[in-house]
Amino acid sequence: MKKNSKTQNKSVGLIGWVDERFPLSSFIKNHLTEYYAPKNFNFWYFFGALALFTFVMQILTGIFLTMYYKPDAAQAFASVEFIMRDVSFGWLIRYMHSTGASLFFVVIYLHMFRGLMYGSYKKPRELLWLFGVAIFLLLMAESFFGYLLPWGQMSYWGAQVIVNLFATIPFIGPDLAEWVRGDYLVSDATLNRFFAFHVIALPLALAGLIMCHLVALHEVGSNNPDGIEIKDTKDKKTGIPLDGIPFHPYYTVKDLTGLTVFLIVFASIIFFAPEMGGYFLEANNFVPADPLVTPSHIAPTWYFTPFYSILRAVPPILGSQFPGVAAMGLSVLIFFFVPWLDKSKVRSIRYKGILYKKWLAAFVVSFIILGYLGTVPSNIWGQFSSIIPLLGGVDVATFVARIFTLVYFAFFIMMPIYSKKDVTKKVPKRVTM
Amino acid sequence: MAKSSKKIDLKRRKFLLAATSATGAVGVCALGVPFVSSMSPSEKAKAAGAPVTFDVTQVSNGELKTAEWRGQPVWVLNRTEKMLSSLDDKEILTDPDSNSPQQPKNCQNATRSIKPNLLVMVGICTHLGCSPSPKLKDGGDMGNNWEGGFFCPCHGSKFDLAGRVYKGSPAPTNLVIPPYRYSDDKTIIIGESDSEKG
Repeated sequence: MKKNSKTQNKSVGLIGWVDERFPLSSFIKNHLTEYYAPKNFNFWYFFGALALFTFVMQILTGIFLTMYYKPDAAQAFASVEFIMRDVSFGWLIRYMHSTGASLFFVVIYLHMFRGLMYGSYKKPRELLWLFGVAIFLLLMAESFFGYLLPWGQMSYWGAQVIVNLFATIPFIGPDLAEWVRGDYLVSDATLNRFFAFHVIALPLALAGLIMCHLVALHEVGSNNPDGIEIKDTKDKKTGIPLDGIPFHPYYTVKDLTGLTVFLIVFASIIFFAPEMGGYFLEANNFVPADPLVTPSHIAPTWYFTPFYSILRAVPPILGSQFPGVAAMGLSVLIFFFVPWLDKSKVRSIRYKGILYKKWLAAFVVSFIILGYLGTVPSNIWGQFSSIIPLLGGVDVATFVARIFTLVYFAFFIMMPIYSKKDVTKKVPKRVTM
Repeated sequence: MAKSSKKIDLKRRKFLLAATSATGAVGVCALGVPFVSSMSPSEKAKAAGAPVTFDVTQVSNGELKTAEWRGQPVWVLNRTEKMLSSLDDKEILTDPDSNSPQQPKNCQNATRSIKPNLLVMVGICTHLGCSPSPKLKDGGDMGNNWEGGFFCPCHGSKFDLAGRVYKGSPAPTNLVIPPYRYSDDKTIIIGESDSEKG
């Protein structure tokens, strides 16, 4: 028996030569062929792998774009048009990169929603969740820096507004904004440093964090739609979880199927609607940046709009815009606290009660409505007539955004209360399909 | 020698470890200074704020033209009598008397200008730095109560024809009046005030 297992582990030939010097075979075993994932994954489990795929694709297309792009305020806009018109297949690489950015957020939002639904942040996966939220934060910064690079009107004024958010911080704000820009206004210096952040600093940090995310995942093992710990029920002989199947080949093949569907969607967008009606690439960004004229309607790209809506919804207090900025920052940072806010005894929504389901639904609705409102001017739905006391003259859309901002935060702040009060169902020992 | 090596002085070891770490941390902070300060505005950027001259006779009555100073739009608006009379409506304004220091001393008056009709103003919203759109005519798409002014497209701040902010706007303060002076009747120098002639 002992002899047998020894010969099994020892590989020969080239692999054997490598294995004596580098843990190749054991790495493949630990993370692929003998990494046991729960057998009951549903389609929500595609999005982690798809996010990794999108990350790699953004890096690759990005490398090829930097071969022609010029990070210089006088040349940037023209160099992007040059890529689009004169570089062989430049349009394809650029559209892959710009569409990839938007789809990255689609995938990440669905991935995060999966985590919220199945309680993938609960003990022992808190750190895994924290790494994930950190990746989300850096990803937002990465896309913000990248959006300045085409040096169009929307790039310019978007950066102007976002950098000025820092200027609202009491005391240090104005100096901080100046330091970020490297000038008194968004200028060549700003473009150059955003380029540095976008192509090297943040991608490196993201790669490191993604590695930590995966290492943490493989340490604690994947959660599943039932929220049951598969390591609790192991085969007595082999020590393999009874509800686990090897990641490779089972989930590599399944993920390839998901990838195929994703690529169909991806290719359809690139070839038929690369601008996605102004949501992925905004019309104003096809006009070169002009520091003297703001376009008549500016809005961030769609994946920032829920948070942007929260910024707009909070009125200035004591002549300072900082409360709105703080609320926007908090709306993102609050995800960090979810593992400790959820006091429920069960992980998955399948065994949680109606209370949690209602709150999660309310959160999703408010996220979508805030997202929509962030894309349109705040006077889109007109104003309340002056007949209504207090609300007379207030923009209807602003009022609605305020309501849903409260719902958004209540989902998190009330979580310790409703998750404790919620009547949960009994969780079975083994996963269900 | 052999005797002392048997007994490890943990206290001493702890102290040395802490002292070395602290010294190292100071070194890292010191090394951080040049990197952090390299991101501040360069000498070139600081020097770019030179004053600009602008011929005000090219702005006819009721018209607005834009000059560029420090990379920012500076509006020169030649206000008509009717426009000036709209400035009397102070009820709707947050700071009608321009108490917050958003203008040089010689422009802290009813029209926020040196010559009453001629407004010189930085066209950057005090909220988050967009450039408001001039909506000089009354009424129109701004509604029947509109008396003329400026409307910021980014977050909906409204200003009157002296750049004073409307109540309820996201912008906290009035628009900025830059330092400027008349070198002669026809010409202004933006970026210089009367007290510090260059």
